[in-house]
Amino acid sequence: MNIHAVKAIYKFEMLRAWKTLFQSLASPVISTALYFVVFGSAIGSRIENIEGVSYGLFIVPGLTMLSVLTQSVANASFGIFFPKFTGSIYEVLSAPISSFEILIGYVGAAATKSLLIGLIILLTASFFVDLRIAHPVWMIAFLVLTCLSFSLFGFIIGLWAGNFEKLQVIPLLVITPLVFLGGSFYSVSMLPPFWQTVTLFNPVLYLVSGFRWSFFEVSDVSVGISLTMIVVFLVTCLGIVSWMFRTGYRLKQ
Amino acid sequence: MQSIVSIKNLSKTYESGHQALHSVNLDIQSGEILALLGPNGAGKTTLISIICGIVSPTNGTVKVDGFDIISDYRKSRELIGLVPQELTLGAFDTVWNTINFSRGLFGKPKDHAYLEQLLKDLSLWDKKSNELRTLSGGMKRRVLIAKALSHEPRILFLDEPTAGVDVELRKDMWAIVEKLRQSGVTIILTTHYIEEAEEIADRVGVISDGKLLLVEDKHDLMQKLGKKQLIIELKEPVSELPESLASYDLELSKEGNLLTYTYDTKGEGTGITALLQAINDADSLALKDLQTTQSSLEEIFVNLVHSEDDV
Ligand SMILES: Nc1ncnc2c1ncn2[C@@H]1O[C@H](COP(=O)(O)OP(=O)(O)OP(=O)(O)O)[C@@H](O)[C@H]1O
Ligand SMILES: [Mg+2]
Repeated sequence: MNIHAVKAIYKFEMLRAWKTLFQSLASPVISTALYFVVFGSAIGSRIENIEGVSYGLFIVPGLTMLSVLTQSVANASFGIFFPKFTGSIYEVLSAPISSFEILIGYVGAAATKSLLIGLIILLTASFFVDLRIAHPVWMIAFLVLTCLSFSLFGFIIGLWAGNFEKLQVIPLLVITPLVFLGGSFYSVSMLPPFWQTVTLFNPVLYLVSGFRWSFFEVSDVSVGISLTMIVVFLVTCLGIVSWMFRTGYRLKQ
Repeated sequence: MQSIVSIKNLSKTYESGHQALHSVNLDIQSGEILALLGPNGAGKTTLISIICGIVSPTNGTVKVDGFDIISDYRKSRELIGLVPQELTLGAFDTVWNTINFSRGLFGKPKDHAYLEQLLKDLSLWDKKSNELRTLSGGMKRRVLIAKALSHEPRILFLDEPTAGVDVELRKDMWAIVEKLRQSGVTIILTTHYIEEAEEIADRVGVISDGKLLLVEDKHDLMQKLGKKQLIIELKEPVSELPESLASYDLELSKEGNLLTYTYDTKGEGTGITALLQAINDADSLALKDLQTTQSSLEEIFVNLVHSEDDV
């Protein structure tokens, strides 16, 4: 294992975020605050409690997931896309480093960044609502798994994307709708039966549901299923990435 | 000398169907400077990219210091530094961060003193905190060299190092190459400029159309393929040559005072002695001066590539 190389990639990627630290932190904090003002206080005050949890509190896990998912995908996809775009990827390809090590470096850095953002959002939320976490260890576990699997997903998009448009189209057309329709801001049980069934095909539902359970012990689907689905998603992404590396997909001729 | 890079039957066909390399065989000696000459699209970059692991070979094997570039890629790649043809650099990273990144990528622990000296040698030290996008083209090229040398490679590939580079940087670059060679680094460079190969290489390889036409010691090559010319100046101009000289390949200048005799250095005898004797014997000719010229690598190269085209 080329530890120095993994560290080099990881540090390099973290440094990139460090330079834009203000944007990296300000935007999730501000948008979370805005959501709280709009949904939590203004609209939320007119919505009755959901399964015994006040609406303002209920949306905290979903809100966190929204940012964590978008940030994971954005960070990881950009991290690998940009060197591909400038051509500086030649160096990574010619280094004595395995595909797996490349992956740990890039995905590890992206996941770390979104994990930090997730924690900062929770911290911000705690200023607006009386946040309680029933299962802190599970909360962190769900968060870490989500950061990892969606950073991996972002990495795939970064490898696949041939131009900037493609890089942005997936987060815009896929991630955002999935998050909004995945029960981030409501309980799935509030939907008509047909849409409830449709929602079951949305992987984000399982993330949000499991994550929410770790806070309030209420969930749309059972925790075991949530966990299984996240792991399935993670393994699928790993499979796709290893296929991409094996075939040199859009990296090597 | 032992070979440090050994290429056997290497072929490459790109996905587009274009065959960029045709069964190339090449042994690169440890410690030498090898210049690969070839026109645009000859396959120079493809060859280098395969050795460095950026492009996958279609057929054949490459060993670097005995390590196969595919099954033993970690060991082979550790030894290699590459300066690519294009200015492929990030934009927002600083010079210092980018060379530290490179060193780490190649598995080397931090070494502040070495990298500081490297940047100083390349006149980049005062730019160490600059973002890459703020550097001029020449400076970017220096950064690429610094990145390639950051992990102290034993083999250095320079893919057209002097394209778009001013005289000063070119001089600096050759000074660095010389210093590296003295420390035992093997250097392979590609170029379109024959003078460059002539100036610094020990051996010259000529690639055209994906085929390695030859690899020769530079001096042997010029001797073998070079043509020499003997220019004979006459005291009095003549309008035509006497019968006795008809058997020689001679050309008379318009003014009638210069005779040019072309001969192959390959041949056994040059025929110069006999020619001079014949001139001496001819009553109408009187010798004033003699001069020889030798064809440059450039002419050799053009001849080679064109004779290949004719086949
Ligand atoms: N990725 C690619 N896909 C398809 N064909 C390619 C690719 N890269 C190079 N080629 C083709 O392979 C041939 C050799 O290209 P290569 O870049 O190795 O030439 P070169 O000798 O380095 O030329 P130059 O002196 O212009 O740099 C060219 O005909 C080129 O068009
Ligand atoms: Mg080239």
